[in-house]
Amino acid sequence: MNLSSKLFQKDIEQVPTRNGYGEGLVELGQSNPNVVVLSADLAESTRAKAFGEKYPERFFELGVAEQNMMGVATGLALSGKIPFVSSYATFSPGRNWDQLRVSVCYSEANVKVAGSHAGLSVGPDGATHQALEDIAIARVLPNLTVIVPCDAIEAKKVTLAAAKHQGPVYFRLGRAETPVFTTIDTPFEIGKAVILKDGTDVSIIGCGQLVYEGLLAAEELSKKGINARVINCHTIKPIDKETIIAAARETGAVVTIEEHQIHGGLGGAVAEVLGANMPVPMEIMGVSDHFGESGEPRQLLEKYHLLAPDIVRAAEQVIKRKK
Amino acid sequence: MMKQKSELEIKIIASEIRQSIIEMLLEAKSGHSAGPLGMTDIFASLYFNILKHDPQNPKWEDRDKVMLSNGHICPVLYATLAHAGYFPKEELKTLRKLGTRLHGHPHNLVVPGVENSSGPLGQGLSQAIGAALADRIDKKRRRIFCLMSDGEHDEGQTWEAIMFAGKMKLSNVTSIVDRNNIQIEGYTENIMPLEPFADKYKAFNWHVLEIDGHNIEQIIDACAEADAIYEKPTVIIAHTIPGKGVNFMEKDYHWHGTPPNVDQANEALKQIRTLEGKIESEHE
Repeated sequence: MNLSSKLFQKDIEQVPTRNGYGEGLVELGQSNPNVVVLSADLAESTRAKAFGEKYPERFFELGVAEQNMMGVATGLALSGKIPFVSSYATFSPGRNWDQLRVSVCYSEANVKVAGSHAGLSVGPDGATHQALEDIAIARVLPNLTVIVPCDAIEAKKVTLAAAKHQGPVYFRLGRAETPVFTTIDTPFEIGKAVILKDGTDVSIIGCGQLVYEGLLAAEELSKKGINARVINCHTIKPIDKETIIAAARETGAVVTIEEHQIHGGLGGAVAEVLGANMPVPMEIMGVSDHFGESGEPRQLLEKYHLLAPDIVRAAEQVIKRKK
Repeated sequence: MMKQKSELEIKIIASEIRQSIIEMLLEAKSGHSAGPLGMTDIFASLYFNILKHDPQNPKWEDRDKVMLSNGHICPVLYATLAHAGYFPKEELKTLRKLGTRLHGHPHNLVVPGVENSSGPLGQGLSQAIGAALADRIDKKRRRIFCLMSDGEHDEGQTWEAIMFAGKMKLSNVTSIVDRNNIQIEGYTENIMPLEPFADKYKAFNWHVLEIDGHNIEQIIDACAEADAIYEKPTVIIAHTIPGKGVNFMEKDYHWHGTPPNVDQANEALKQIRTLEGKIESEHE
């Protein structure tokens, strides 16, 4: 699947997914005159700033006012622009969910919402800033496409694809430097999950940076004679039912992994598909119904059992539950 | 483009729109009475004199846009659009009924002439600002009107939007606030005082006009003045009487979210047809 040549090496490049967003925006500024960018006093940390410097007439600073930002984006979109709403996921779509629901989704306004600083890996800022609920509140909305890119390269692809897609899109980004394990040649298409490694014993379905932990776990499992399939399910909605059902049918057990509450996120979306179509034993990995805390990103992922060794354990457990 | 109507013609049209509102609400058996009747003169003035628009071509590229923020007064929007020719007047009777395009709160994707969806209060001005920014980028000269309630100034988003429009000096935005002093549970100054209302807007760098929202000449003049202000967005604080034209509904907040029953509707229609007893009704 054209992954990085340094895939399992210690010196694999580390870049935050938000950087991919920033690069994607600058490219769109050049290629698409309808693209406009909105920021609520967080242009630097969401990486929207570079676009603002290059295309100031298409960049709007709204101050710390996320509700108004979503509404202004709606007005721009209803007039033919393609607005990218940039903030932290806790505030957007956290604080402006009603505006996302009615102004954007109900009206099918062509607004793109980039929620940065999602997940535990926000780190030291602690629980208030670690969005662990955004996938759930986004994927419940009609008309909204929900995407979680796995690394900076994919984040750039998502940004470009969101501009081409007609209709509202939410995508989540991370603050921390995370492994860049895909390449420009790795396939990406909205709604089409990517099988990064084939396998027959268990399927590890992930989104975001933890897909990489899934790949590490699969390596570890193969040493134990377990052949794991690893799927990058970047699009949470519309979810790729076909790939998920086939994975369950062909491997008989599923582990999902995400930096999100175990309720309502990727795990929930996969469970909804499998419960109705192909029930198999499942382990849903994520944060178990509580808030995060301060700490370094890796420390937090370790404490909350979201790293490769934890996935190995979950995979072994779920395989045992197969009939 | 619509031909401009005279002040007298607008008064007659407003009376017809008010009758439609009462008939719609009676048929629907739910909905808001006071706000729509109070805003009828403003809607009639906009759609029959002030706006550049074409009911035969609702998506006309150069049209002026009206963004309704307090979606619950949509009976007056629907009735005005129908009277202007956007869709047949018979359709007004489908208000709030299964299968209708005329939902309890307006939906931009289904009703010709409706620019935005609204219902949850405080969202419209932001949308109007977005439309105005798009026009600034595209160097379009059209006007964006936002129609708002006074009650929705309780919402934080409203003030976020007011502050932002002031920052951007959005002179192509004209907001008309229905200052009727009521909201669903009481009088605005009891629920959450808004005064000094005009001063607040001035402090946020808006040009402020105050008018009698039932005086057609004042409505038209204020919109013309707003168009001539190039440095700032303009708010027209329109003092209106909620339930205007029906004496037992006027100034009573209990009619904010209530429809008339049959007897009340008949009495209301009688009063509206006679312009509150000033003329003899031809329907008597």
